[in-house]
Amino acid sequence: MFMCSVRIASLLVIVLSGSLTAQSQPTSQLFNIGRTPTVEEIAAWDISVTPDGEGLPPGSGTAAEGRNIYSIRCTECHGASGREGPHDILVGGQGTLASSTPLKTVGSFWPYAPTLWDYINRAMPFETPGTMSPDAVYSTVAYVLFLNELVAEDQLLDATTLPLIKMPNRDGFIPDNRPDVGHPVISPDP
Amino acid sequence: MKDLWKALQVKEPHMSNSVSAAGRLARGRRKFLQLGAALSGLLVGCRPSSSVSQPGLSFLGGPVSEYGFRSQFETTGRLFRNSLTQENNSSQTPLQDLEGIITPAGLHFERHHAGIPVIDPAEHRLLLHGMVERPLILTVEELKRFPSHSQINFVECSGNGRIHWGEASDRTAQQIHGLTSCSEWTGVKLSVLLNEIGVQSGASWILVEGADACKMTRSLPLAKAYDDAVVAYAQNGEALRTAQGYPLRLLVPGWEGNINVKWLRRLKIVDQPYMTKDETSKYTDLLATGEARQFSFMMDAKSLITRPSGGQHLPGPGFCEITGLAWSGRGTITKVEISTNGGDSWQDARLQDPVLPLAHTRFRFDWNWDGHEAVLQSRCTDETGYVQPTRDQLIAARGTKSSYHYNGIQSWKVLSDGTVRNVHV
Repeated sequence: MFMCSVRIASLLVIVLSGSLTAQSQPTSQLFNIGRTPTVEEIAAWDISVTPDGEGLPPGSGTAAEGRNIYSIRCTECHGASGREGPHDILVGGQGTLASSTPLKTVGSFWPYAPTLWDYINRAMPFETPGTMSPDAVYSTVAYVLFLNELVAEDQLLDATTLPLIKMPNRDGFIPDNRPDVGHPVISPDP
Repeated sequence: MKDLWKALQVKEPHMSNSVSAAGRLARGRRKFLQLGAALSGLLVGCRPSSSVSQPGLSFLGGPVSEYGFRSQFETTGRLFRNSLTQENNSSQTPLQDLEGIITPAGLHFERHHAGIPVIDPAEHRLLLHGMVERPLILTVEELKRFPSHSQINFVECSGNGRIHWGEASDRTAQQIHGLTSCSEWTGVKLSVLLNEIGVQSGASWILVEGADACKMTRSLPLAKAYDDAVVAYAQNGEALRTAQGYPLRLLVPGWEGNINVKWLRRLKIVDQPYMTKDETSKYTDLLATGEARQFSFMMDAKSLITRPSGGQHLPGPGFCEITGLAWSGRGTITKVEISTNGGDSWQDARLQDPVLPLAHTRFRFDWNWDGHEAVLQSRCTDETGYVQPTRDQLIAARGTKSSYHYNGIQSWKVLSDGTVRNVHV
């Protein structure tokens, strides 16, 4: 589950600490430039959500409520059923990742459901991002997950229930193990 | 004009059939640019020059001006594909037309996910918060009061060259590899800002966020942030271009372009990666096993010959300088080798100073073309001993569905009539 990402993250930190021997030593000097932001300023900008759902706001929605929102705001780019495009395919593809024609969708590839909430909230709809209420975002997320047969149509998603959804490809990621190629060439004898 | 006509036949088979108004514009521009590329290909010293008779100008030239522009006779430009959404698209640097190692700011490749925002620097703020002792909000002017720092680094989109995971087609260096550029960047070392805010123990990552419409967001390991990341406000001596993040961008030397977040507005110090859309569903590398590599930040060593290259035309047998670029996200390029026989034998190219870590490096090689078919390749090695792999080696290790991080050896086939073609060998 989440252990997988923690493992990747820890490994990366270890690798980086080992490789960056030239890490800059922070100076002790403070320049005292700028000002302290208010709590309200930070709250206004800090829209980020962790993979386990920290940062999800109050609100809720169901796929049934999201169906209409999706048809108005999402269909043009993603198709009526989420499979047509012309932009990113959202639905289907489960079981195809190791095939010669992998299809990476929310259902087949995305490892965390809260990421879908975060992305729709910050970046969708494409031409008018940031204009959907939390309830509308929860509902749209629910509908996309419903199209992928990951939630029931009447299942209520909120800050508590959304992170509990196990995405099919949650364990599908491995740490970067390069260099996997690029080993020195042994020159043939002249 | 037979040669010109041939050069104009460079096709883009990946073009969508659906054409929007913006797409038609783009296509028109691309044709225009191909014409420019074709003409520059013809100018490789192939025709006797006309006789000289004018003694010089007998009338005045132009006056001084506030800001200089290139000659009206220079037409090279970025290329971009037809897209339904030009705000979510990329444009490619004309590598084959450039000299030295610095990319002119106006030709730096672009990759935007939600368009280029217009940001008034007087209104822009950089917020630093999270697991810190002293949260901080800075104006651009305030940021510029910190000690400044300049360094020359390439920025390369990890999708650069992705077309090579598939079969070879008639494409140019620009069309295949044009998502890399190199600039002198100036700003404030991120380590200075981290010291200013006092990072708490237990913190290990930074959530980086842009001010564009998609509020681009990526997770950056804290160790790399301390090592050499820069909050940049200038490029090649002047303010960042809008397409490169004006007024502020993050520079993460040697790492994939996407994490060099443009229009930077927020740095949140945290204790885990946030698994954002662009580090899970995108910018992860799907292997043949169906698993995907995650946090594949490093751009591996890569090189290509930019002249002669695909779509160009050699005027005839004789001297032909081979030149190109090499770079590595792991450090400094130490060697570039050239093969003119498809990899059967290799000879060292000359590296032109300056040879800098995490920067484009210019190489040159003297070649006398005998008029027979030849396959030109370059292969670079970096300071870690990493040697640029072949396409076959990459595919054996990863399959063909990785999309990102293609750095295989590029092959250009010179036909006996002088035509240069992109091939896989």
